Amino acid sequence: MTDITKQSLTELVENIKNKKISSTDITKAFIERSEKSKELNAYITEDFTSALNKAKKFDQKPNLDLKLPGIPIAVKDLFCTKDVKTTAGSKILNNFVPTYESTVTENIWKEGAILLGKLNCDEFAMGSSNETSYFGNVQNPIDKDLVPGGSSGGSASAVAGQLTPITIGTDTGGSIRQPASFTGTVGLKPTYGSCSRYGIVAFASSLDQAGPMAQNVKDCALLQEVISTYDSKDSTSIDFRRNQYSKELSNNIKGKKIGIPKEYRVDGMPKEIEDLWQKGIQYVKDCGAETIDISLPHTSYALPTYYIVAPAEASSNLARYDGVKYGFRAKGENLIDMYEKTRSEGFGAEVQRRIMIGTYVLSSGYYDAYYLKAQKVRKLIKSDFDEAYKKVDAILTPSTPSSAFKIGEKTNDPVSMYLNDIFTVPVNLAGLPGISIPAGHDSKGYPLGLQIIGKAFDEQNILNIAFAMEEKINFKNNITDWWIK
Amino acid sequence: MDKVIKKNSEYLINRKDNQYEVVIGLEVHAQVLSESKLFSTSATKFGAEPNTQVSLVDAAFPGMLPVVNEFCVKQAIKTGIGLNAKINKRSVFDRKNYFYADLPQGYQISQFKDPIVGEGKVILDMPDGQKEVGIERLHLEQDAGKSIHDLDPQNTFVDLNRSGVALMEIVSKPDLRSPDEVSVYIKKLRSIMRYLGTCDGNMQEGSLRADVNVSVRAIGSKEFGTRCEIKNVNSIKFMQMAIEYEANRQVDLIEEGKSIDQETRLFDTKKNETRSMRSKEDAHDYRYFPDPDLLPLEVSDEFINELKKNIPELPDDKKKRFIDEFKLTPYEATILVSDIDTAKYFEEVVAKMGKNKDMKLAVNWITGELFAVLNNKNLEISQSPVSAKNLAILVNLIKNGTISGKIAKTVFELMIDGDKDPQKIVEEKGLKQQSDPKALEALIDKIINDNREKAIEYKQGKEKLFGFFVGQAMKASGGKANPQLINEILKKKL
Repeated sequence: MTDITKQSLTELVENIKNKKISSTDITKAFIERSEKSKELNAYITEDFTSALNKAKKFDQKPNLDLKLPGIPIAVKDLFCTKDVKTTAGSKILNNFVPTYESTVTENIWKEGAILLGKLNCDEFAMGSSNETSYFGNVQNPIDKDLVPGGSSGGSASAVAGQLTPITIGTDTGGSIRQPASFTGTVGLKPTYGSCSRYGIVAFASSLDQAGPMAQNVKDCALLQEVISTYDSKDSTSIDFRRNQYSKELSNNIKGKKIGIPKEYRVDGMPKEIEDLWQKGIQYVKDCGAETIDISLPHTSYALPTYYIVAPAEASSNLARYDGVKYGFRAKGENLIDMYEKTRSEGFGAEVQRRIMIGTYVLSSGYYDAYYLKAQKVRKLIKSDFDEAYKKVDAILTPSTPSSAFKIGEKTNDPVSMYLNDIFTVPVNLAGLPGISIPAGHDSKGYPLGLQIIGKAFDEQNILNIAFAMEEKINFKNNITDWWIK
Repeated sequence: MDKVIKKNSEYLINRKDNQYEVVIGLEVHAQVLSESKLFSTSATKFGAEPNTQVSLVDAAFPGMLPVVNEFCVKQAIKTGIGLNAKINKRSVFDRKNYFYADLPQGYQISQFKDPIVGEGKVILDMPDGQKEVGIERLHLEQDAGKSIHDLDPQNTFVDLNRSGVALMEIVSKPDLRSPDEVSVYIKKLRSIMRYLGTCDGNMQEGSLRADVNVSVRAIGSKEFGTRCEIKNVNSIKFMQMAIEYEANRQVDLIEEGKSIDQETRLFDTKKNETRSMRSKEDAHDYRYFPDPDLLPLEVSDEFINELKKNIPELPDDKKKRFIDEFKLTPYEATILVSDIDTAKYFEEVVAKMGKNKDMKLAVNWITGELFAVLNNKNLEISQSPVSAKNLAILVNLIKNGTISGKIAKTVFELMIDGDKDPQKIVEEKGLKQQSDPKALEALIDKIINDNREKAIEYKQGKEKLFGFFVGQAMKASGGKANPQLINEILKKKL
């Protein structure tokens, strides 16, 4: 049998079900590899002892009918986990231990999975390189000193580095798809309302969505099947018919119409991204699908719109971290002084920047010019997609305008950092599902991803397209284990 | 301070040559009568131990989300119907952002641009006629927690039991013109909501409180003056005092040629004055925006109609019916419908009196003897020591001549202790009225015999003595003699 940690989720599940391997074996293997991979800094909190105990318990009385029987899984530290520290990558929640479990993680444990630990991420999921985390930046397993992307950087690094067979991230503007693209992994941002937001530390409520990050499309489909449930505890959760995504997965996409939006051909986009896109177009054609040139005319407004809407919501969502009830509290002379010191010391620079932007755009006198206008543009962006979907079944774009960059390369240039999300942000604004799959390498050998955007609630379709393309692309991630001495 | 001149219900402030009118608008905060909070399932019971009715949502833990309580929505719509108001089929919850220790989310969920209830109206019964007061809107919002500053010299304690409790903010148009109108308005709102069961109206427990907007203007002026908002006044008496003080303060400023600053003020109940709290410049920028955790609230026509079907008879209709059906005077009807429990009590008395009923007598006994007892004992009518059934029996005993009105008072005193059946009291104590003419004649004969000289004096023209003989007869009968018969017999015999 091949090395346990090199197996896909689907293989591990199969091997457990066939009793070829125990949960304890698998858990031990991933713990061992995680222990040897501290340099990646993928974990904020390790829960290894407890994980091993749970695995042993599982093996004593294994329920093999479950979808994730005895599978150890590490999750982004934005999901509240009962009795396990949840920090959102922030000092202000350092040592915050929830008494409750997020719906998405609850769904995972219910299917037999075991929590390995909590994965690093940008502070409150605000960042595209995992460099804003209070717990330090994360290394990309692809190369030393390369960012893994963000905000689900720890999750991407852990999957690519095989510290966990699969994981979940959250995606507000690209936080699953961009790091997936940077690490040669698969990341799905589901339709808004597909996965419950209950128990996920909020960044921007109207955009946040949890989703799977995996080594391959099939694994991704399986986890999506587990985490996507209607939840009455989240008023924005939508009660629609959910597919058995992994069971219904099919590589037959013959006759599908795939839109190619001309507005995604942005100024200054490296030629290798354009080439990758063209290769992608060829792959879908090879699969029997048809490509159609389409226009999404308001695309160029997506990024500025996003950077009004998301900070506005964040400025309000983060008001609860005030030192009064839980989390970090600085000493102050009086209430106001305590607030100011707590929030100045508790939040990092990027979070403070976005709180300031958000507060500004909601202020009286600026609300109409910024927030209200952004909401109107958001509607236009959504109707661009609605129009396009009258002609096509899905849309194919690059996931990011570049491959992974070096740690520190963009930390002093927030706008250039924000540009990373240019292809992913419109999908969040429109509430649509989008998946990034690894599709090639740039000249440095770094992975590049392609994004397939679907109609709302049409996860099955984009998973199928991704599955078909995956076969054609036959991508191999170059993981050299450089960090393991 | 100059005198306030009242002409009927007109309330004007006089200064030298000028007369001023007071313009008042109210923002009433009424706690929705509901077992659980607006966006969580925590209990809302008053007076619980601090922080025992707090969920993770109420305390704003990370990742917690609000889910609107449908019952509270129904309560707000019912109230809107009671206020003859437009029900908005689509309304939006907004976040009102500000920092305070007893506001765990750092924002209050409220409704700003699109409230659940739009314009409506309320009719006030003033001594000189009816007055209509416009309702601007009613919206749903969360209450904050409570900061307690006086338990510790160094620390402030926070009790989150109230945090997230549903409130209805009912905003009036600036249609009120006097402290008396404000009093009647608040009582009317309270009455309507108690009829509907949407708010218990208990001001001591803070279920009903108001922000009072006051401005003044020269009589005849069409334009409004600059207004000041007096925050969070929790009794009708304090509202009236605050308005009186504030209106006079503003008039004084105008008379001195000074301008009025638009500001928020606090009413100091100990000093009976309003004090500046913050000026317009210091006003919070609440950064309202639609709460992205909640979808717009949409209700269907069917939903609204179903609620409409189950609206009970409200005070205005009940009053009309009492006048038409029971031939009450408008004054009597107003008193009886003002509180739902009084109306219920009265209607039960009416029902229990049966066919041959004396409505007038019943009204007098309720508003007279019963109200006096309730007042003395500081009881609500719902806690009345005399049940409606027994009061009805008592009224019937008077009506059919079994006992006199005077004896009835004695019986009533005995009924209070343990809600006793008046019929039984009358029998046990032998209080039944003596109406047997033969027995009374014998009794009177004896009295005349025993008082021969007085009888002669009476015959000689000292008519005042008639009362003496009545008194003697009543005394001899132990107060039970039928006074009418006594009169007749005495006249005959003397």
